Amino acid sequence: MALLEVSHIEKNFENTKVLKDISFQMEEGQAVSIIGSSGSGKTTLLRCLNFLEVPDGGTITVRGEKLFDASEKAQESEEELRKKRLHFGLVFQNFNLFPQYTALENVTLAPKLALEKPDSESLGRIEAHGRELLRKMGLENRENNYPHQLSGGQQQRVAIARALALQPDILCFDEPTSALDPMLTGEVLKVIRSLAEQHTTMIIVTHEMGFARDVSDQVIFMDKGVIAEQGTPEEIFTKPKEEKTRQFLSGYTNPN
Amino acid sequence: MFITVTLQLLQGFAKTVELFALTLLFSLPLGLLLSLGSMSRAKILKYPIKFLIWVIRGTPLMLQLMVIFYGPGLLGNPVWNGMGNTGRFAAALVAFVINYSCYFSEIYRGGIQSVPVGQYEAGQVLGMTRGQIFRKVVLLQVIKRIVPPMSNEIITLVKDTSLANVISVTEIIFMGNSFTKSNGLIWPLFYTGVFYLLFCGLLTILFGYIEKKLSYFR
Ligand SMILES: Nc1ncnc2c1ncn2[C@@H]1O[C@H](COP(=O)(O)OP(=O)(O)O)[C@@H](O)[C@H]1O
Ligand SMILES: [Mg+2]
Repeated sequence: MALLEVSHIEKNFENTKVLKDISFQMEEGQAVSIIGSSGSGKTTLLRCLNFLEVPDGGTITVRGEKLFDASEKAQESEEELRKKRLHFGLVFQNFNLFPQYTALENVTLAPKLALEKPDSESLGRIEAHGRELLRKMGLENRENNYPHQLSGGQQQRVAIARALALQPDILCFDEPTSALDPMLTGEVLKVIRSLAEQHTTMIIVTHEMGFARDVSDQVIFMDKGVIAEQGTPEEIFTKPKEEKTRQFLSGYTNPN
Repeated sequence: MFITVTLQLLQGFAKTVELFALTLLFSLPLGLLLSLGSMSRAKILKYPIKFLIWVIRGTPLMLQLMVIFYGPGLLGNPVWNGMGNTGRFAAALVAFVINYSCYFSEIYRGGIQSVPVGQYEAGQVLGMTRGQIFRKVVLLQVIKRIVPPMSNEIITLVKDTSLANVISVTEIIFMGNSFTKSNGLIWPLFYTGVFYLLFCGLLTILFGYIEKKLSYFR
């Protein structure tokens, strides 16, 4: 059974169809890259998976559990919605760290708030886990820095640790390096790469073609709200079947 | 004479501070309600509130004081009469609370809307409840952003209380002026300025301290 099964997702904003019949599956431990030009619906798809947008059609299933079914317009309680959200994590293009908290507090805030009874033992466990995650991100000396004291690359790594702290089934990245200076993209790509090596299940929207080719098990090329082509990195980057894919890739003359 | 004047002015200053403090006490929470209403999706709430804010911010506070004090009598319902000075003070308080609630509501609205939507979304994808997002993520950011405009507005309020003079509330200017009439002395009126200066100075220090406390993040 696939870990994630997305079937026939549709999304309209007013009268424009932004996502049209989006279907794909992924297995546990896989990294899936989504590529495509600006405006093709990549962000909207990630937002649908994280329940920041409500799709107009289709279903989303994780481990056989149907999290979303557009044909059942049931009114969900906030509580149920929150539980479903926790299957997914999202790393934003512009980080969205909480400015009034230190790096470590950013990572531990949500897990602490989620505790039923916050005794010192559980709080200590969360702190320790937070420190461990920051260490994995190469930020062990930055625990007590506030976001404005960190570089963009460091902020994005804190954001990745923050998302990992809740141990989502699937971690989504929306162009995690697009807001960074070229000098700083490398350090962020490096930690995502190491997550891929540890078989973290990830969906990565990116314009870094060389990176997508290296780390992904599957690549999805989106064009105008549809999946124009999907396959292994080899299939997409070396012998794309669709003319559109070829055209899009030719815009990236020097993929790493 | 100096002692007599000082004691008289202190009495007036007590009224000034009372009007100031009570105005804040009521208009700070009322302003928050108005700002939430003015951002509400319910048009029946939103538009009347926006209209009220437009009227109050578009007319002089002095005029509002007079309308609220004399208006009821003209309409055949002289609510403030028979209460003497208390009636005048109450009318002034009502006018100040309405006026300042509207100004504060705009400050709150600016503060709330200046928090990027990404902050709410980050909280949501981390599984926080709406209440948690408000209390733990948004609130402090709003407070940080509203402290500078709030301190401006509150310092303006200190000086605006003198407008209550037009309906003969016995605040400090009224008291200072009384010496002009009875003793032909003008300096007590000028002396009132010292009280305002000291009070505003104190508030400036207080707000400066709060701003500094909140300067650890951006
Ligand atoms: N909230 C919204 N309201 C209206 N249109 C939107 C909204 N969000 C995105 N869109 C439109 O949907 C299309 C896809 O956007 P997006 O998912 O951001 O694409 P991508 O991430 O691939 O650049 C764009 O044409 C965009 O203008
Ligand atoms: Mg996008």
